[in-house]
Amino acid sequence: MQRYFKTIRLFWSTALASQLEYQLNFLIEFLAMLGTLCGSIFILSLFFTEGRELGDWTWESALVIQGVYTFLDGLTNALLRPNLTEIVNYVREGTLDYVLLKPIDSQFWLSVNKFSFAGLPEIILGISIVFWAAIQSGSTFSLYSLFVFIISLLIGFVILYSVWFLIAASSIWFVKTWNATEVLRALLAAGRYPISAYPVVLRFIFTLVLPVAFLTTFPAEAILGELKFNILFYGLMLSSLFFVFSRYFWMFALKHYTSASS
Amino acid sequence: MIVVDQLSKYYRVANKQPGFKGTLKHFFDRKTYDVPAITDISFKISSGEVVGFLGANGAGKTTLLKMMCGLIHPSTGLVDVVGFSPQRRQTAFLKEITLVMGQKQQLIWDLPPMDSFYVNAAVYGLSDHEANLRINELAEMLELGEELTRPVRKLSLGQRMKSEILAALLHKPSVLFLDEPTLGLDVNAQARVRSFLSEYNKRTGATILLTSHYMADITALCPRVICIHKGKLFYDGDLDLLANSLSPSREVKVELKNPCASEQFEKYGEIQDLNDRFVCLLVSRDKLTDVVSNLLTDFDIIDLEISDPPIDQLIGELFKKGEVN
Repeated sequence: MQRYFKTIRLFWSTALASQLEYQLNFLIEFLAMLGTLCGSIFILSLFFTEGRELGDWTWESALVIQGVYTFLDGLTNALLRPNLTEIVNYVREGTLDYVLLKPIDSQFWLSVNKFSFAGLPEIILGISIVFWAAIQSGSTFSLYSLFVFIISLLIGFVILYSVWFLIAASSIWFVKTWNATEVLRALLAAGRYPISAYPVVLRFIFTLVLPVAFLTTFPAEAILGELKFNILFYGLMLSSLFFVFSRYFWMFALKHYTSASS
Repeated sequence: MIVVDQLSKYYRVANKQPGFKGTLKHFFDRKTYDVPAITDISFKISSGEVVGFLGANGAGKTTLLKMMCGLIHPSTGLVDVVGFSPQRRQTAFLKEITLVMGQKQQLIWDLPPMDSFYVNAAVYGLSDHEANLRINELAEMLELGEELTRPVRKLSLGQRMKSEILAALLHKPSVLFLDEPTLGLDVNAQARVRSFLSEYNKRTGATILLTSHYMADITALCPRVICIHKGKLFYDGDLDLLANSLSPSREVKVELKNPCASEQFEKYGEIQDLNDRFVCLLVSRDKLTDVVSNLLTDFDIIDLEISDPPIDQLIGELFKKGEVN
């Protein structure tokens, strides 16, 4: 376990060093990140101007959802996108061979090898918005609601990661993987708004089929102290199921890879 | 130490006829068949041996190598490498082996090799102290110095390859799989990699399995070669014996003081070339000493040269001919 922590530390410090190697690029990325941030804040500001209703959510509590969305988007930019879109290159260039011969879990290696620091401010902003908006809406945090919030964030992240990893793993067969990233980002974007703001059919789909609700709405409910225990339980089951399935699928894909490459 | 027993690997493929009709047929009534990549190969390699794998492109060398390091599952047969079944890729097994591919790199492109070394050291669970000792030791053997703190993208191909080898040997593997480790290197860099491998083998007793297109790599490093042709093994043994059996004769080139007629040389061997004062004879190995001493007494000779036909030429011919026992 300690070996895995040390490996992550080295992965990310080399990732930072790699990004700093190109100073201009780093600067541009930093500016682009600031631009995205301003865009997000502008969209957020629109929430304050008019007194419309979204589902049965108040503005402040809808803002919590925006915060969770910003946080997840930051995490996606920092961790998921740099790593999972790279898998196809490992397959195409055959350097996956090197990963597979390391005495470390290959899914772990491929999932945490890189870290883009440009996603970090978004993560911090997201969390800040969540707490600020939760306080504004009059929520009083208990240790319990904080704990449930963290768990439900984790559930959302694991679901997003697993689905993305599944698609990335399919590049073992379709070496040039289709642009699934965009589909996933659209899915995540659907989570910008409370799930109850959608029509009943979509609400059903986003909860049971494509679990968008677990990405943003449920964590927001958790911090507001409104999340029902059975939903949390269902989320735990669902995310474990997704994760286990992604692992099995990877093992299955590897069997294919090893017998297809030469 | 390494046992390969009746190993075969088939790839299942389906052919498609061109055109729309072919596509339809391919969709509804797909005919698949097995293409053999490796057929019924068996051999044993003891620890500490350096073995070269020879074969034309597509002969199955890489498939065989990848089955031995666990990247490809065999269709039938058995592979045992230092007591492990490679395809299971157990941690203890992976710590015993390493793979270097001349055409693929594992170092982080934008950073100095040193950074990649520390990542590898962490992955293999080496402490910083152990890693430093090991890096210094190998850097000295490979004659690498300040290159290790320069970004990989700014290194020459030779320096990069040496750094790749260093990265691959950090964890003291006992079995080295090298797939074309000198590919694209200039003659000097090739020689340095070769002398390092030979020294490493002597110092550590590691087993080295090597494929290469450069015959010089094989002749310099591998007393034993395994030749593969169309997925089948057709020679396993001493490199010199292979050379002998392939070419039982040697070339004797003579420069004479005075021109002589060709008839005078017929009794010594097969005349390859005769040009004024220069004669080239093909003499069988067992008669070589007698023939040379007779030539020296019978003629006024200025210069005499004995050589083997180049081994890569011989092997090339062998592959062209196909099956040879």
